[in-house]
Amino acid sequence: MAKITFPVEATHIMMFARAIGDTNPVYHDAEAAKNTEAGGIIAPPSFAQAVAQFDPEYHLRPKPGQKWFGSGATPSGVDGKPASSGGLHAEQHYEYVRPLRPGDVLTCETKPGKTWERESKRAGKLTFRERVTEYRDQNGELVMIARGVGVTTERPVDAG
Amino acid sequence: MALKASALKVGDTHKERVVENLSRTQIVQYAGVSGDYNPLHTDEVYTTQAAGYKSVFAHGMLTMGLTSKMLTNYVGDGRLTKFGVRFTNQVWPGDTLDSTATVEAVRNEGGQNYVDLKLSTTNQDGKEVVAGSATARIDP
Repeated sequence: MAKITFPVEATHIMMFARAIGDTNPVYHDAEAAKNTEAGGIIAPPSFAQAVAQFDPEYHLRPKPGQKWFGSGATPSGVDGKPASSGGLHAEQHYEYVRPLRPGDVLTCETKPGKTWERESKRAGKLTFRERVTEYRDQNGELVMIARGVGVTTERPVDAG
Repeated sequence: MALKASALKVGDTHKERVVENLSRTQIVQYAGVSGDYNPLHTDEVYTTQAAGYKSVFAHGMLTMGLTSKMLTNYVGDGRLTKFGVRFTNQVWPGDTLDSTATVEAVRNEGGQNYVDLKLSTTNQDGKEVVAGSATARIDP
């Protein structure tokens, strides 16, 4: 898989903190953040998920000139798409060496991990796929490791 | 505001309400900033008529982010060494979520003190939507 370059920016961090409803000044106020233990603005713990913005091929972003599977004139813009859901997120794990900061330019490399299957009452056969991403900074130092597990279900999950 | 090993014991808990009456707009905010524009989270027409769900639902990662707010308020900024979750149930518009951290261990490794936490986020019906764990550096 290609490496992705992920520039960490203060505005992006501010918007991410807003989306999770976190008003901690360490995510948006450079002056206030200076006087904290962090010594400046840092990113929230799950911010690295926004690396998707920097993946040119990311499949869950509409692209000009390509059919999008969300609704437009019809409930889905793609013909013949099965009624079953696509993938869902089952697990996410992070190991941190240090917090991400504005100005960091990260290089992210994702490798497939384990695959396994399980039967579920609520969604039929579940297929789990693991992906491990290493984040290195502008000095080549490892700053964090992310391990995500995606699941594809046989049918939509019963809300039960 | 860092936690102190000397003041923590196994079983201590910290609990916060992390969202009240989750809005579709907040889910849209998260889609926009994270870059995950899966219509299952923002497009009611697609989600109900094409995908077969009762409504759009939150990104698991939004629930992880909401859980992280409780966690960093408790352990302090930049103190986490590990944070992991499993998404155990979906989170829907209108949900109100409470997140709890419970101290599982207070330990010293190579001269550094750590706390191991068990995490749980539940909805207004008491159903767990996120189960997880975290480790943070703490003061002596």
